[in-house]
Amino acid sequence: MYWADAWFRFKSNRAAYATLWVLLGIGLFAVLGPWFSTHTYSDIQLEAKNRPPSAMFWFGTDELGRDLFTRVWWGARISLFIGIAAATIDVAFGVIWGSVAAYVGGKVDEVLMRIADILHSIPYLLVVILLTVMRGSGIGTILLAMTFTGWINMARIIRGQMLQLKTSDYVAAARLIGASTPRILFRHLLPNAMGPIIATLTLTIPTAIFTEAFLSFLGLGVQAPAASWGVMVNEALSAMRYYPWRLFFPASMITLTILCFNLLGNALRDALDPRLRR
Amino acid sequence: MHFLLKKFSILVVSLWCVITGTFFLMHAVPGDPFIGDRVIPEEVMRSLYAHYGLDQPLWVQYGKYLNEILHGNLGVSIVYTGRSVNQFIAEGLPISAWIGLQALLLAIPSGILLGTWAAMKRAQWQDTTAMVLSTVFLSVPNFVLSSLLQYVFAVKLQWLPVARFGSFAHTILPTIALAALPTAYIARLTRSNMVEVLQQDYIRTALAKGLPLFRVALVHGLRNALLPVISYLGPVIASILTGSFMIEKVFAIPGLGQWMIHSINGRDYPMIMGLTIFFSAFLMCMTFLVDVVYAALDPRIRRPAHVLG
Repeated sequence: MYWADAWFRFKSNRAAYATLWVLLGIGLFAVLGPWFSTHTYSDIQLEAKNRPPSAMFWFGTDELGRDLFTRVWWGARISLFIGIAAATIDVAFGVIWGSVAAYVGGKVDEVLMRIADILHSIPYLLVVILLTVMRGSGIGTILLAMTFTGWINMARIIRGQMLQLKTSDYVAAARLIGASTPRILFRHLLPNAMGPIIATLTLTIPTAIFTEAFLSFLGLGVQAPAASWGVMVNEALSAMRYYPWRLFFPASMITLTILCFNLLGNALRDALDPRLRR
Repeated sequence: MHFLLKKFSILVVSLWCVITGTFFLMHAVPGDPFIGDRVIPEEVMRSLYAHYGLDQPLWVQYGKYLNEILHGNLGVSIVYTGRSVNQFIAEGLPISAWIGLQALLLAIPSGILLGTWAAMKRAQWQDTTAMVLSTVFLSVPNFVLSSLLQYVFAVKLQWLPVARFGSFAHTILPTIALAALPTAYIARLTRSNMVEVLQQDYIRTALAKGLPLFRVALVHGLRNALLPVISYLGPVIASILTGSFMIEKVFAIPGLGQWMIHSINGRDYPMIMGLTIFFSAFLMCMTFLVDVVYAALDPRIRRPAHVLG
């Protein structure tokens, strides 16, 4: 009932509903796009350097003659993977941390939340830069660096939700009839906190995609010949004056994806919040 | 006082975590600073180690490092030999701070005005336009926006200089690029707070007295709507700082962000450490200052939470 209701409210928000389709389209192209092309992402064709978009190269080529259409969709795979993976790890960790803090309460809560406070006050992007510099770039390192303090937001939201739900009557009733703690946690508390979890998850993905692009922009991204959108923007920047399309395609893909996830997240937050039900 | 004391202790512990973390991360990096192309004789190697104190146990080195930092010495660059991180900060910080301040001076008033205006025109096209625009600006990465501005206004239209730092004209495009995200952020926050405030009884009273909506919103509404905005100035300052990394690279501005990028690209570890500690300390102190201001403005927050019930 709740989900049908939420889905209905989400669908009545036309703009948000459209972003869902745009994102599905980007995802589909990320999976299938490279197959449409006769080029591969790492094929170097020095006789076809810096070509503008044409029937042969749909998005043009870069300074090594690599096909940008293929590279943009390869980049989509990497950027989307990093975004979704980082958000999922953040959520998993945050849910565990937050629900333990809220459910056990007392001293444990105090200690766990103070640790979160301290980690939270350390500037996020600086931690990410530091860890990537030290451990050498690569998808694993980028994920580790981004999730190192990224989960705290989630933990705080979950804790707040749990504290509210914990004192509700139906949880007291469940405890009265002898339900175990894990059962109460997984059957009663978590499903009811699902709305904020999903909304926060959706809003974490664009942050992660942005962070990855930022790292690539600093030269700390994935290594050649693989390319994320951030790497491609970074490479295109110096030649922007002469070959603007090299910047245009990856830059607009980053912007479009982040924008869609932001709109989607905001809409989900509104749709999944029962207090906003009219 | 309870509130500020807690915040202050978190500040101190976090700073210690950053310093300790950077120190041990630096020592975990494989390799040796003196192994290069030349073969160095054993004797010389030993005296180099002794000179930099690397022959001592790790905890002694850590103690020295901590001591140096507490005295304000952030270390020396290994790429630009003989220059200290403090010198780079002394050179780069004024430039970065100048552009950052300009961006803040642009972002705060325009964000507040835009947000107030959107709240006054709630659910009308002005509101929708302002909010769509701010979502777009929140989604455009800084480096995309700054290269776009550079391409349109400097390369194509040639109204403004393309890059470097010299006159006021050089700072216009970087300032706009840097201010875009905070403006959008502040506008959204102001709007949502303002919408709530405008529904309160004292606003209705003011309107019933016949005061114009604009005056009510600016004089009566804003002071309550702005409180939460102030508490978010910490993240805003943080976004300006990280934004400066990207913008200084795009516009070739010799600020602190540019030096951070140079040191990352040159793997100048001591300098990366020093700058990271400096940036972290700067940001955390800013956040703490914002908390102090907030506590001074909102008496509710000074009391411990349980009094509020």
